[in-house]
This record gives sequence, C-alpha cells and structure tokens, in this order.
Amino acid sequence: MKSPSRNGKIVEVDDLKMYFPVTRGLLRHKVADVKAVDGVSFHIKRGETLGLVGESGSGKTTVGRCIMRLYQPTSGHIIFEGQDISQLSEHQMRPLRSRMSLIFQDPYGSLDPRQSAGSIVGEPLKVFHLANSRQEYRERVEELFRIVGLDPSMMDRVPHEFSGGQRQRIGVARALASNASLLICDEPISALDVSIQAQIINLLEELQERLKRLTYLFIAHDLSVVRHISDRIAVMYLGRIVEVTDRKTLYENPLHPYTKSLLSAVPVADPFLEEKRKRIILKGEIPSPLTPPSGCNFHPRCPMAISKCKKEVPPLRDTGGGHEVSCIRV
Amino acid sequence: MPVLLEVKNLKTYFKVYHGLVKAVDDISYHIKKKEIVGLVGESGCGKSVSQLSVLQLIPTPPGEIVAGQIIFEGQDLLQFEANGDEMRSIRGGGIAMVFQEPMTSLNPVLTIGRQLTEGLELHLGMDVNEARNRAIELLSMVGIPDADKRIDDYPHQFSGGMRQRVMIAMALSCNPKIIIADEPTTALDVTTQAQLLELMTDLVSRFNASLVIVTHNLGVIARYAQRLYVMYAGRIVESGTAKEIFGNPRHPYTIALLNCVPRLDEEEGRKLVPIEGMPPNLLNMPITCAFKPRCPYHIERCGQDPWPDLKLIEGQHYVRCYVET
Repeated sequence: MKSPSRNGKIVEVDDLKMYFPVTRGLLRHKVADVKAVDGVSFHIKRGETLGLVGESGSGKTTVGRCIMRLYQPTSGHIIFEGQDISQLSEHQMRPLRSRMSLIFQDPYGSLDPRQSAGSIVGEPLKVFHLANSRQEYRERVEELFRIVGLDPSMMDRVPHEFSGGQRQRIGVARALASNASLLICDEPISALDVSIQAQIINLLEELQERLKRLTYLFIAHDLSVVRHISDRIAVMYLGRIVEVTDRKTLYENPLHPYTKSLLSAVPVADPFLEEKRKRIILKGEIPSPLTPPSGCNFHPRCPMAISKCKKEVPPLRDTGGGHEVSCIRV
Repeated sequence: MPVLLEVKNLKTYFKVYHGLVKAVDDISYHIKKKEIVGLVGESGCGKSVSQLSVLQLIPTPPGEIVAGQIIFEGQDLLQFEANGDEMRSIRGGGIAMVFQEPMTSLNPVLTIGRQLTEGLELHLGMDVNEARNRAIELLSMVGIPDADKRIDDYPHQFSGGMRQRVMIAMALSCNPKIIIADEPTTALDVTTQAQLLELMTDLVSRFNASLVIVTHNLGVIARYAQRLYVMYAGRIVESGTAKEIFGNPRHPYTIALLNCVPRLDEEEGRKLVPIEGMPPNLLNMPITCAFKPRCPYHIERCGQDPWPDLKLIEGQHYVRCYVET
C-alpha cells in the first residue's frame, strides 16, 4: 500500500489542461489545438463516487484518461494517493496502474473475443504478479467471479457466450482484480438494455459497500443515472467544469444555467409531473473545442448571458458548503 | 378524433436456420388523428419490426408478414404489393418514418438537397426549382441555419443532431398523415434530444399529423405521448393513456420497468430493482407468457396456459396478465 493521501482525497486534479494538436501538411506542423480539457480542477475523496456529466465533446472521457495517464496532460497536476503523477514516465507509472482501473462503455468491444473469461479477469493478476501459484491464481479468479455475481464454472467460456450484462460483469471483475482503489467507469451502462442497467448499477453500489474505500469516478451523459449513483457531481461543458455539488443540491438547487437546462432536458417517467415541469430548451449545439467561444464558453447558448460573459472566463468559486459554480450571473 | 391507422392481429415472423422467430406476434393497435402515441419496450421486443411491417419494409426472406390487417384511410395496406406503386405512394406520402441512426440512414454520396427533393418531385410532382425552394423552406423550419447554403452540403458536413433534423424535414416533406419515429433520439445527447422532440411534436401538431414514438425511454413517453403501448417479446402487454399507465401500472413488466430505471426526482437512497434474468430469446418461443421466467408475481397458471388476452381495467387501460397486481 502506498501512503494514504492528503485529507482523505484519493485524487486531486489541479488546473488540468489537455490539448490535442491539429496538424496539417506533409511535415505535420501544428496549426491549432483542440482544447479537450481546459483548466479543470476537482478532487475525489476516498470511498466516494464522483459523477462527471456532460454532453459528448465536453471532455469528460479525456479527464478520465488523463487520470489513468493514458494521455500525457499538456499542463496541470494530477495527484493520486498523494503522489503527483502528471509527469511520471511510462515506467514509473507501471506500479501505480494496479491501483486504478477502467470500466469501459462497450462490453462487446472491450473484451478480447478469443480470450476466455477467466483469463481476461486473471490477466491483471499476471501483469502485476499478484498470484504466487497456479492454485492461488485460480482461487482469486473464482473469487472475483463470485464477487461480481458470475458463476465460476463459466470461466472457460469466451465473451460471445455471455450476454451484455454478464460481459459488463466480466469487465468489472477485471477492473477489481488488481485491488484497485479507484475505478474510472466510463459510460459503463449506456450500451446495455434498460432492464440490465439496474443490475450493473446495483453491482457497483454493492461493491462499494463491501469493499470499503473503493472510489468511483463515474462518467456518463445520463443525469438520472449519475444522480442515482454519485455522492457528488461535476458538470462539464466544453472542457471546463461549470458546477460541482452534492447530488441533493444539484437537483434541488442547481445554480449554473447550463446545469439547469441539462436537468430540464431529462424527462421524468411521470406524466403528471411532466405537465408541470418547466422546460429550458437550449439553442444550437455544443461548439467545436477547436474554436471555443470567448469568455465563458457557454455564453452563445446561455439564456442569462450579458456582454461581460463574452470577455471574462468565470472562475469556479465556492458559494458555500462545497457548492462550486463558474458563472458571474449567479 | 377518428382512427387514422388501425393494425389488427399483425404477425411478422422470421424464418431462420434455427427455427421461427415470432418478432411480432398478434398485435393490434390504432392511432387516431393528431395523436402522439408511444411504443415502449426493450431491444428485441418487436417494436421496430411492428413499425417496419406497417410500411412493408421487412426484408423478405427471412421475414414475412404472416397475418393481419393494416387499415390506413379505409384501405388494407397488406393487400398491396410491397414493391407496388400503391405502397410507394404511401411510404413518405401517407406514412413517413424517422429512423434511429441519422448517421446511416442518409445517403453519404448525395447532397442533403438531392435527398430532400427526391420525395418532393416523386410524391408531389414538383419541378426542380419548386422542390429546391420547398426543401430550403423545410430545412429552415427544422432549425438549420443558412438553409439555402447548407442544402448543397453532404451528410458528413452535418452533426448528428443536424442530420436528425434533416431526417425530420424529409419525413415532413410530403405532408404525411402519420410520422413514425423509431428511437429518434437514442444516439443523441440529452439537450439535443430535448430540442428535437420539442421540434418534432411542435411540427407534427402544425401539420395536423399523428406521431408514433418508438422508444425504450419511459421519460420521453411520459413527457410527450398521450397514449402508449408496452411491448414485450412480440406482444403488447399493456396499453392505455399515459396517465392511466404511469399512474396505475398493472402489468408486472411495466411495473418492473418503472422500478429499474433511476429517476431524476427520486428519493435519497432509493434502491433500483433490476429485472431478473434476460430478455427472452424469440426463437421457438413457448406459447405461455414470455415474461413468466422474470416475473416476481407469477402463479402456476402462467406456466401452463397460453398468453392471456388483453383485459380491460378501466377507460382505455388494457393489460395482458393472469395475475391481479
């Protein structure tokens, strides 16, 4: 075990920027940057679930991948379990990788079709030398199967013999194999049938209860799912975080106009309630991160925008009780 | 309001190597004028096939409409040849469809304008200039800025939401009586989803058309549909007005569906109740209720007798279940 992190925070992200160069011509010289993540700061406490919501193109997946260090961030700091990992080399990252895992969106594409389920789940054990004998390896894989609610007798089957929900369970078992303390769940249920989604949500919740100190970064576009599973929620728009708060406040007292419109866009399965709800329909689409608008990048679509919004980038400020919002009009 | 489309005892089967898939098995429903109707169910429950059957767009073989009647404006559409002139004038002209995948349902090598004007020239007999002007008008109506310039663009130059707008323009172009939207917003972001559904319901009422929304999203139905049909394993298991069903869900499947999705307005600490087991394999189905293996309320009779009939609860609320839930 690494040294425990500062003030119970497992991850601290400080002013993270991830720019992807756009190259052109034979010599591939850089002509512009896609500012996928543009100055994002947040933290995740040990044992909690932080939900990260936003539309496609808001940079939420890129944030997850930067924390995993699948990308080399352009600037900023990522502190994982007390250690700044933003500039570590591939070699230095290796031992830390057992402490964090990813659960992918597509349970069809993220499992090797020719590998048996058992060996998919057991691979992290081999990579990180976590099993000393064949016997121990087998026992650990069986245990992981049981933890995620799969029958260990299915270990020798290959992915296509499983249903979508079962495949996602294999993905969860693999993520747990190396005793990771941080699981980054990137849209883990959006490819599943509605009746199956609840199984995976419940599994993730149970695991957190059972394996204390398991932390999730839950990335999704579906606000009702995120609200269900998260303790705190960060809302992203075009590479920046616009609002962070706990799940209760987010629904009851959203402050940022983007959060408000996002909430009003999600229909609730109740026609009586729907009749009364106010709908804020946003104009236009999320702009390209290649040419983001000036100032607050939400201003062209914002119903509350004033001329000042075009000039200033509003900082994320605490309005009390850890409810942070980046809007000068609030 | 008069009934515009009535589907009676429709059966669409697929003969595959391993046996018979009863994708749509004896469903009856109707759509009234200016009504918004929802069709809810999980993937593989036959909701799309039932809609494709209405327009005879089922690939044959392996698919075949085995039985049933589809009465549209007094005519049984199933009496028409699938490739005949009558069907062609109904597709787009009488009943239009908005498909799920805006990425794949537009032709990538034709301009947006060409794809829009095709229907106008064919169904409404417009000449090239008239059709083009009408197409520009339609595009600006669905909220495409600079429609007169964008009309010469190709589908790849449009974003997903924009392409779906083009699909809506296309569906509306020939003044159809009914628009069938098959998972129209599933692949899109929530904000775009809201924009498009608002646009669609608004335009449909302006054109005095009816709208069928096929979806698995109960929220979308609750927000927009007046009536709905819940499908499971090729059958309609519950139908009624939105308020009847959401206010008093009676079929165990509908109840389970409502309990397994997170809601934005839910209480702190609510536990989701997943539906046990998996959606059924439609191949060689037993004649008994297909939901029985996953049903927490099932009684002995459910495993012995064939599917029960739809029985009236009250008003327009029907349910297909032996158990009094």
